[in-house]
Amino acid sequence: MTKVDILIVGAGPAGMSAAIEARRHGASVLLLDENAAPGGQVHRAAKPDAVGPGAAQSREGAALMAALRASGAGLHSGAVLWAIEPGPRAFVLQDHAVHEVDAGRVILASGATERALPIPGWTLPGVMGVGAAQILLKSAGLRPRGRVWIAGQGPLIWLYAAQALARGGEIAGIVDMSRITPHALLRLPRALTAPGYLLRGLAWMRAVRQRVPVFRTRDVVVEGDGRLERIHVGGQIHTADTLLLHDGVVPNTQVTRAIQGCEHRWNAAQRAWEPVLDDWGNTLIPGILVAGDGGGIGGAAAASLSGRIAALEAVRALGHLGGAQRDALAAPLMRRRRAELAPRGFLDALFVPLPMPVDEVTLCRCEEVTAGSVRAAAGLGCLGTNQLKAFTRAGMGLCQGRICGPLLHATLAEARGVPGGDVDPLRTRFPTKPLSLGELATLAPSASAASASGKG
Amino acid sequence: MFERVEPPDCTITWQDREIPARAGESLAAALLAAGINRVRVTGMSGAPRGPFCMMGVCFDCLVTVEGEGARQACMVPVVAGMRASP
Amino acid sequence: MEIFDIAILGGGMLGSAIGWGCASRGAHVAVLDGGDVALRAARGNFGLIWSQSKGDGAPSYAGWTRDALAAWPALAETLSGFAGRDIGYRAQGGLVFCLGEEELEARRAFVNRMHNQGASDLRLLSRAALLDLMPSCKLGPDVLGASFQPQDGHINPLMVLRGFHAGLAAAGAAHLPGADVVQIERDAHFKIHRADGTAVQATKLVVAAGLGTQRLATMIGLDVPVRPVRGQNIVTERLPPMLPLPASALRQTIDGTVQIGITNEDDGDPEPRTRVMNLSTMAARAVRILPSLAQAHSLRSWGALRPMTPDKLPAYAQSDTHPGAFVAVCHSAVTLAAQHAGPLAEGILAGRLPDAVAAFHPRRFHV
Repeated sequence: MTKVDILIVGAGPAGMSAAIEARRHGASVLLLDENAAPGGQVHRAAKPDAVGPGAAQSREGAALMAALRASGAGLHSGAVLWAIEPGPRAFVLQDHAVHEVDAGRVILASGATERALPIPGWTLPGVMGVGAAQILLKSAGLRPRGRVWIAGQGPLIWLYAAQALARGGEIAGIVDMSRITPHALLRLPRALTAPGYLLRGLAWMRAVRQRVPVFRTRDVVVEGDGRLERIHVGGQIHTADTLLLHDGVVPNTQVTRAIQGCEHRWNAAQRAWEPVLDDWGNTLIPGILVAGDGGGIGGAAAASLSGRIAALEAVRALGHLGGAQRDALAAPLMRRRRAELAPRGFLDALFVPLPMPVDEVTLCRCEEVTAGSVRAAAGLGCLGTNQLKAFTRAGMGLCQGRICGPLLHATLAEARGVPGGDVDPLRTRFPTKPLSLGELATLAPSASAASASGKG
Repeated sequence: MFERVEPPDCTITWQDREIPARAGESLAAALLAAGINRVRVTGMSGAPRGPFCMMGVCFDCLVTVEGEGARQACMVPVVAGMRASP
Repeated sequence: MEIFDIAILGGGMLGSAIGWGCASRGAHVAVLDGGDVALRAARGNFGLIWSQSKGDGAPSYAGWTRDALAAWPALAETLSGFAGRDIGYRAQGGLVFCLGEEELEARRAFVNRMHNQGASDLRLLSRAALLDLMPSCKLGPDVLGASFQPQDGHINPLMVLRGFHAGLAAAGAAHLPGADVVQIERDAHFKIHRADGTAVQATKLVVAAGLGTQRLATMIGLDVPVRPVRGQNIVTERLPPMLPLPASALRQTIDGTVQIGITNEDDGDPEPRTRVMNLSTMAARAVRILPSLAQAHSLRSWGALRPMTPDKLPAYAQSDTHPGAFVAVCHSAVTLAAQHAGPLAEGILAGRLPDAVAAFHPRRFHV
């Protein structure tokens, strides 16, 4: 059993910033991350001397990592959180051993996952996420080569393409599935109050368009015998060995949804569920806070600020800081966070999630449940994703709805003709990550008694 | 497919085939760099699958590593000489 | 306004079985169901179709259960047709494993007691006899024996529920999910008011609302005490065949997953939560029975709440003050589904419950 003032889960921008801030005020900090190294998705393998597209962000990430190393926070990489119980007490798996951590406060900084884009054929080997390819580029130095296509919408497509081209990669074509709507344009003026953001995006897009053919259609189908071989774009067939899909990101709420009483709300603009939080990041469960994209998509800079704000609240709650001091330190951070979030309304309105596919397309990759089966279950009276799961097994497989959850939700809402907020999200349960029964069994009272008597 | 910017610095074994890799990168990255994007078939229909999310979320890249089944290839760091199979 | 022959208040395992039983016999049925996160015990059911361990000191329960087992093969075939897949019904016998001498002796005494009450097929198997019965099974050294009931079996409870719902749709029943019942009026027929402002009219009604039964039963003049008893479950990834017969708290499904159960937590906590300590204890016992499970990954865990009466037996009754209004509640709604869809539904249609359930009138809780 480890005891610590503040346990932080996820070493991305929010988690690292929270750890650094909490240490600054004297709290003991343990920072966990599933990956082999800190950084999260956005600062993965960040370098202080980065150049090219996304370099500024990479340099920020490298600075955070350096500050983290100097902060005195404990960092456990390759550590998987699989349960949180009242206390809060966290259960962690690392190197096949189960650890319990009692913390004064837990800050969950679990970030975002890519919203899946289920086009016909998307389960074939060779089809991946754009975010996945970016991880390959950043962490393993793999650049695209050959018949690599990109389809979907959102800024990450252009950032990745620009980064890949700058590193000498090749992209055969990009299918831009976005549509500019009056609804989005209404939100443009506020977005322009933070112009750096949009200008960077436009620069990536211009650089990419000079070198890669761009198609504007939503008619994309892939096929192949055992792996991706061809892509149909607006009825035209091209050879393809890799397709990278992207439709924005959604908060990773796998852990918060498993905590009894931790309410979530439907964010209609972002079309995603997020935990109910106050300005500080407190959930409705005492002792548990959320920082960063796991509490609602805001991007790396906003996540980093949220991490610091949550840390200030946590150290205040543990008596390391007075309320007035907390407020004074947090005020400029909150102001900056508001400024960072300025372009969100425009981006959210511009990149409304793409419509769900025809009946034949698989939505749940693990249990291989099609959109048609989901619609049939809606016809049997499934109001939400939990009854749907019971009836179809959709969301019941290894990924526990991490990929298909938003898709099942969107398909049910569409089929029922109701707003997303009327369709309950999948409930999750601890253990939220698979562990072996042998590992789980080590916590049994008889097992500990046996091992204790063995030692004695 | 994908190609390496940096040269490999070790080898690992996938099924019976030796493939180049870089220590510390994910096993899934090493497989993809070697042109292997098909790592398993599903338990339900036998459909082929490969790495998809690369961040430990989708569980589509499950492989056997050093005899231990159901490991996420995208979360397993490469160690020189590592043995893995579908 | 449409007047249904029968309104079923509850679309879980019990309500949908009764509803389908009535609808398939020609009645015009409405099933009023909960929302997506209704505390549906069927989602937490372990999936055993089970007679051993049941009916000790309660012969009517033993008989009702035995009849259910006999009716299951035909029902399973029908439900597989509705569900559009094999719903996993297998009845080649069921086991209760005994770990250590103490458990073996306690089970031996139980088997003897049940023999004296007419359960002649139940027997205690030694470890050697168990290994003869399941030669491929790699039992752990602590397994000293098991009780064996040849008629017991298992099924996929979620597919049973889906099958009933598909059967209801096929029989033209109306499924009305998503709103609680707030009031029941009785005039020439029953008028059932729901929280969303809608109302449903029916000539007869059946309260089959699980943990909601007590609240609704008072609206038809019956007092049926029901309390939640939590059961936690773990299910593993798909594994090669390792356990050919289902056992109490341990079974391998037709999909290859191994399901591990199931706690009996009678602590008054109305949340279907899971707790690491319980899951861990369950995992440890499963690993003692089948040591190779130690390497298997847990895939999912969940908790569900069983609706439990004071004596743990079912309660079925027609209201004296509201003739035509019935109540049904029990915790073994999977095993008993064949009775609920059969004789119980027939009795409700006829306006008189079968004699076989006379012993289960809830008036027994008020003597």
